[in-house]
Amino acid sequence: MLSATRHSALRTLRAQACSRSFLSESPMSFRARLLSTLAILEQKDGKLNSGSLGAVTAGQKLGGSVHGFIAGKAGKSIAQEAAKIQGLEKVLAVENEAYERGLAENWAPLLVENIKKGGYTHVVTSHSAFGKSLLPRVAALLDVQQLSDVMSIESEDTFVRPIYAGNAILTVQSSDPIKLLTVRQTSFPPAETEGGSASVEEGVDPKVESPTEWVSEELAKSDRPELASASRVVSGGRGLKSKEEFDRLIPPLADALGAAIGASRAAVDSGFADNSLQVGQTGKNVAPQLYLCAGISGAIQHLAGMKDSKVIACINKDPDAPIFQVADVGLVGDLFEKVPELTEKLKSQ
Amino acid sequence: MSSKLRILVPVKRVIDYAVKPRVKSDRTGVETANVKHSLNPFDELSIEEAVRLRERKLAVDDILAVSAGPAKCADTLRTAMAMGADRSIHVDVPEDKPLEPLGVAKLLKAIAEKEQSNLIFVGKQAIDDDAGQTGQMLAGLLNWPQATQASKVEIDGEEVTVTKEVDGGVETLKARLPMIITTDLRLNEPRYASLPNIMKAKKKKLEKKTLADYGVDGKARLKTVKVEEPPARQGGGKVEDVDGMISKLKELGAI
Repeated sequence: MLSATRHSALRTLRAQACSRSFLSESPMSFRARLLSTLAILEQKDGKLNSGSLGAVTAGQKLGGSVHGFIAGKAGKSIAQEAAKIQGLEKVLAVENEAYERGLAENWAPLLVENIKKGGYTHVVTSHSAFGKSLLPRVAALLDVQQLSDVMSIESEDTFVRPIYAGNAILTVQSSDPIKLLTVRQTSFPPAETEGGSASVEEGVDPKVESPTEWVSEELAKSDRPELASASRVVSGGRGLKSKEEFDRLIPPLADALGAAIGASRAAVDSGFADNSLQVGQTGKNVAPQLYLCAGISGAIQHLAGMKDSKVIACINKDPDAPIFQVADVGLVGDLFEKVPELTEKLKSQ
Repeated sequence: MSSKLRILVPVKRVIDYAVKPRVKSDRTGVETANVKHSLNPFDELSIEEAVRLRERKLAVDDILAVSAGPAKCADTLRTAMAMGADRSIHVDVPEDKPLEPLGVAKLLKAIAEKEQSNLIFVGKQAIDDDAGQTGQMLAGLLNWPQATQASKVEIDGEEVTVTKEVDGGVETLKARLPMIITTDLRLNEPRYASLPNIMKAKKKKLEKKTLADYGVDGKARLKTVKVEEPPARQGGGKVEDVDGMISKLKELGAI
């Protein structure tokens, strides 16, 4: 994939060099000008969000230089931390409390100014709630058709993304001068946060006021690994019958495995688990080493969010449930017996 | 601006959510002929929310449903009207040249300005292209405030408070009309259109328009290189008991 990227980048470079009169410039500066990526990094309360570091990895796959972008109340001090991320050449930082809450209304003009000033050819952010809300707004302001949830990068203008809840995989070529991508977190591992030595520069701050006001947030508190990046996930569905049973059976099993907890839409809709735990087309995408689920039938929309897991195990009493078609290990049985037994046996090992 | 709500609800005709899409053998796309289509589930939530605002006795002046696509989108709009939309506009777009989200956003901008809309409910994503862009793009083009993935909407005069779903929980935002809200699953439970309402919807106004009427060119920026089936997973078969499961998981290196 990398060689394809380079190859195609070089080809563009040659084509441009032949067709235009940039002869006074060296090939190196061409390349730098032709391919440069801005990777938007997320932060919360002055801490870098590791989930957003996949944007740097994706930027490196594009070839060319990669600059990081960070903004918020403690923009400059996080920029020092971000400068150590491997693969970044430069970090643009904007320190202004107005950007702390990630509101798209002032972030979009902020990014547009910085993208224009830096002459970036690519802008990458992770397909998180923040990226999903922000990047299309930026795309519209730049008159660009954005690409969502990119799973792989074929070349500087050709990308692969899932459509129809992952039932089809689309390879698509963009003709826009600037490519805006949100990348799937599970497809691009986070870049290393140590060993880099990027320079830090102050970004442009257009200081556009946001018409929306942030009021409050309520985040589900958990000491468990974060769902989207956990290496193991234990997930429960409608088969658990009630919130009490969900809370009685699922957390102990997750603890025994050191796993994050997930849920199907049915379980979330019935109030067994918090919305933020939903795995699927409209919830989170996960691709852990182990996805162990109980009482989940395996509807298309659920499979969309977990079928890239390394190993899928399921417990379901219906031997014909579609989940068995994707599971590496399937156990037909009553989850009210099997889950406690599994928890006990895992604990005693 | 008056505080009367003029609500615009874009709706999309998509392959029904329960149908497993099949990739065409020539890898140019997904088979859509003779496949059941319906209203995009998130757009149902949009219509429902608009209708509920009226039922909550807010001053809802107009609920306009809009769809861009081939002739069959008229059915989708009739469904929206049967659920409670007052009227609709069908913008004819040939089936083989569908609009990209940016094109849809440009079209909706023109419609919103012409119809003097002050509140737009857009589904958070269409379940076919899974892009999740149109609402935010439209908000950018109109330079209106946006609230994405809404699970609760409260309107008091011109002030709108929206609870939105974010990674790890919910967040509440406040803004003033005009505004764009994208709808998430938890927002409401869409109603079924009753038979009398389906009959009444046939009499509601459905205007036919073209992209040229709104001065929008539908030129695509993206070219489909290919569409493929995802790599198939091989089910590893079943085990007899919990011990079997543990030993298989060990064998696979998962625990």
